[in-house]
Amino acid sequence: MKADVLVRTDWNRKSRRITRHTIRRMLAHWQLYVILLPPLLYVIIFHYIPMYGIQLAFKQFQAMSGIGGSPWVGFKHFDQFFNSPSSWRIIRNTVGISLYSLAAGFAFPILLAVALNEVRGRFFKKTVQMVTYAPYFISTVVLVGMLMQILDPRIGVINQFITLFGGDPVNLMGKAAYFKSIYVWTTIWQGTGYSAVIYLAALSGVSKDLQEACVIDGASKLRRIWHVDLPAIRPTIVILLVLSFGNVMNVGYEMIFLMQNSLNLTTSEIISTYVYKVGLVNANFSFSTAIGLFNSVINLILLVAANYAAKKFTDSSLW
Amino acid sequence: MLLIRKLKMSDYIIAFVILIAVFLCLVPFLFILSQSLSSNRAIISQSVTVYPIDFNIEAYKVVFADDGMLYSLFYSVVLTVGFVLLALITTILAAYPLTKKRLRGRGFFLLLMLFTMYFSGGLIPDYLNVKNLHLLNTPWALVLPGLVSVYYMIIMKSFFQSLPDSLEEAAHLDGCNDLQILLKIVLPLSKPALATMSLLYAVFRWNYFQDALFYVTNEKYYTIQLKLYNVINISQDFVGESAIVNLPSEALKAAAIVFGTIPILLVYPWLQKYFVSGIMIGAVKG
Repeated sequence: MKADVLVRTDWNRKSRRITRHTIRRMLAHWQLYVILLPPLLYVIIFHYIPMYGIQLAFKQFQAMSGIGGSPWVGFKHFDQFFNSPSSWRIIRNTVGISLYSLAAGFAFPILLAVALNEVRGRFFKKTVQMVTYAPYFISTVVLVGMLMQILDPRIGVINQFITLFGGDPVNLMGKAAYFKSIYVWTTIWQGTGYSAVIYLAALSGVSKDLQEACVIDGASKLRRIWHVDLPAIRPTIVILLVLSFGNVMNVGYEMIFLMQNSLNLTTSEIISTYVYKVGLVNANFSFSTAIGLFNSVINLILLVAANYAAKKFTDSSLW
Repeated sequence: MLLIRKLKMSDYIIAFVILIAVFLCLVPFLFILSQSLSSNRAIISQSVTVYPIDFNIEAYKVVFADDGMLYSLFYSVVLTVGFVLLALITTILAAYPLTKKRLRGRGFFLLLMLFTMYFSGGLIPDYLNVKNLHLLNTPWALVLPGLVSVYYMIIMKSFFQSLPDSLEEAAHLDGCNDLQILLKIVLPLSKPALATMSLLYAVFRWNYFQDALFYVTNEKYYTIQLKLYNVINISQDFVGESAIVNLPSEALKAAAIVFGTIPILLVYPWLQKYFVSGIMIGAVKG
C-alpha cells in the first residue's frame, strides 16, 4: 500500500516535470505555433465549425431559430429517406457507377504506362505523355460541353457515323440506359493519361538487372513485361485498387450534375446530386444534411476498411 | 540500338497501344475546334468532322465581343491569382511547422488536418457556415472555403522534409529564428515545389465549378466556368425531338468551349513540366 502511494507521487512528480518541460519547449519554439496558427484557424473555421451543423440531420431546421435552436426530430429524416422509393435507386446508381468505373477503368492506365515505358525516344515519349494527360486539365464544364457537342443527335459526330451506316440518329444523352457508360468512358478518357503517370513512376523503379537477365534468357519483350515489369508494380496496383474501393460511395458531383437532364435522371441521380437538389434547390436543409451525413459516414467506414486492407496486403497505407 | 534492331511483333503492339491513346486524346479536341471554325449551316448539315468546312472565325468574333464573357474571363484570372497566393501562403504555413519534430503536438495537428480530408460536414452545413460568415455572393466564398488542400499540404510537407537538416541547424547556430529560417533558407530552396503547388492550385481554381454554383447568384461574380455552363447548357432537355432553330448557334457553343480552354493551353507547357514532379512527390509519401 505504502509502496503504491510512493510510486504514485513519484509518477506525479515526473509527469509534472514533463509538463513543465513541455511548456518550456513550446515557449522556446513559440514561433512555430504562430506560423501554424493561420492554417489551424482556417481548418477550424471552414472544416470543424461546419461539423457543428451536422446536428441538423436530427433536427427540423427553422431559419429563425438557427442550427442550435431548431427542434430535435430524431431519425425522422433518415426514415423518410430510406422509406422513399427513390432512395435505393439513388444508392444503387451511386455504387453502380463507381464499380463500373473501377472495373472498366483500372487496366487502361497500366496498359498505357507499360507501353510508354518501352518507348526509347525521349522526345517522342514526352510528346505522347503531354498529349495523353492533356484531357485531365480541361474543366468539367468544358468536358461535358464537348461531350454534348459530340453526342448531339443533330450535329454530333457519333450520330453522323450512325446515319452514315444507315441508322437513325439517337439522342444518346437522353437515353437513361446509356448514361452510366457515357459517364464512365468519358472519365476514362479524361483520367487515363494522368493515372498512368503513377504507374510509370513505379515502372521506372523496376530492377534493370532483372530485366537484362530476362533478355539474356531469351524472353521476348511481352514475356518480360508479363513476368518482370507487372509483378514489380503489383504493390502499386493493389494499393490504388484497394483505395478506390474506399471511394466507392464518393462519386464526383460536378460531371454527373452537368450531364443530367430530365430524360436520363432515373440512372443519373446519385447521392451528391440529390443532396444538392433537395438541399439548395428545394431548401430542405435538414433532410439534405441527413442524406449527406449518411454518405459521409459510409465513405469514412469504407475508407478505413480499405486502408486496413491495404496495410494488410501491401504494407503501405494512407495513414 | 534502335537503328539496327529488327522490329518485332511486340514493338508493333506497343506502338499500336500508344498511337490509339494519342489518337483518342486528340480527336475530340479536333471535333470541337473544327466545329468552332465552321459555318453553322455546315454543322447542321452534318458535314463537319475533323476539319472545318466553310472556314470562318465569326463565332470567335461573337465570343470575344461578348462583354460578359470577357468580364468573367478577367474576373476568373484575378480570382485565380488571388486564390493561388493565399492558398500557397497558408499551405506553406501549415506544412513547415508540421515537419519539425520540436513542435509539440505535431501528431495531433496533423491528424486534425488529415481528418478533414476524409470527413466533412457536407453540403448544407458548409453552405450555412459560408452564409453565417456573410460570404455568400462575394468572391471570398470562392477563395476561403477551399483554401488549403490537405493533400497538397502533405506534398509540400514531404518536400520540406527532403531538404537537408544541416542547413537549418547552421542557420540556427547563426541566430536565425524559425520564421527567418522559413523565409530565408527553406523557401528559396523550394522554388520548384512552390511552382508545382501554384500550378496545381491554379488549375483547381480555374476549373472548379460547383462552389460558384452553390455560393454565387450575382452575375457580377460568375466565374468563367459558370458563364460557360450558362452558354453551353441552354436547355439541353429540348435538344433532340424538335430541332429548335433559335438555340445559340452550334459554332458559337464550340467557340465558347475553345475559349474556356485557352488559358489552360497557355500555361500547359509549364503545367505539364511541373505536374509530373508534383505527382511523384505525392506518390512517394502519399
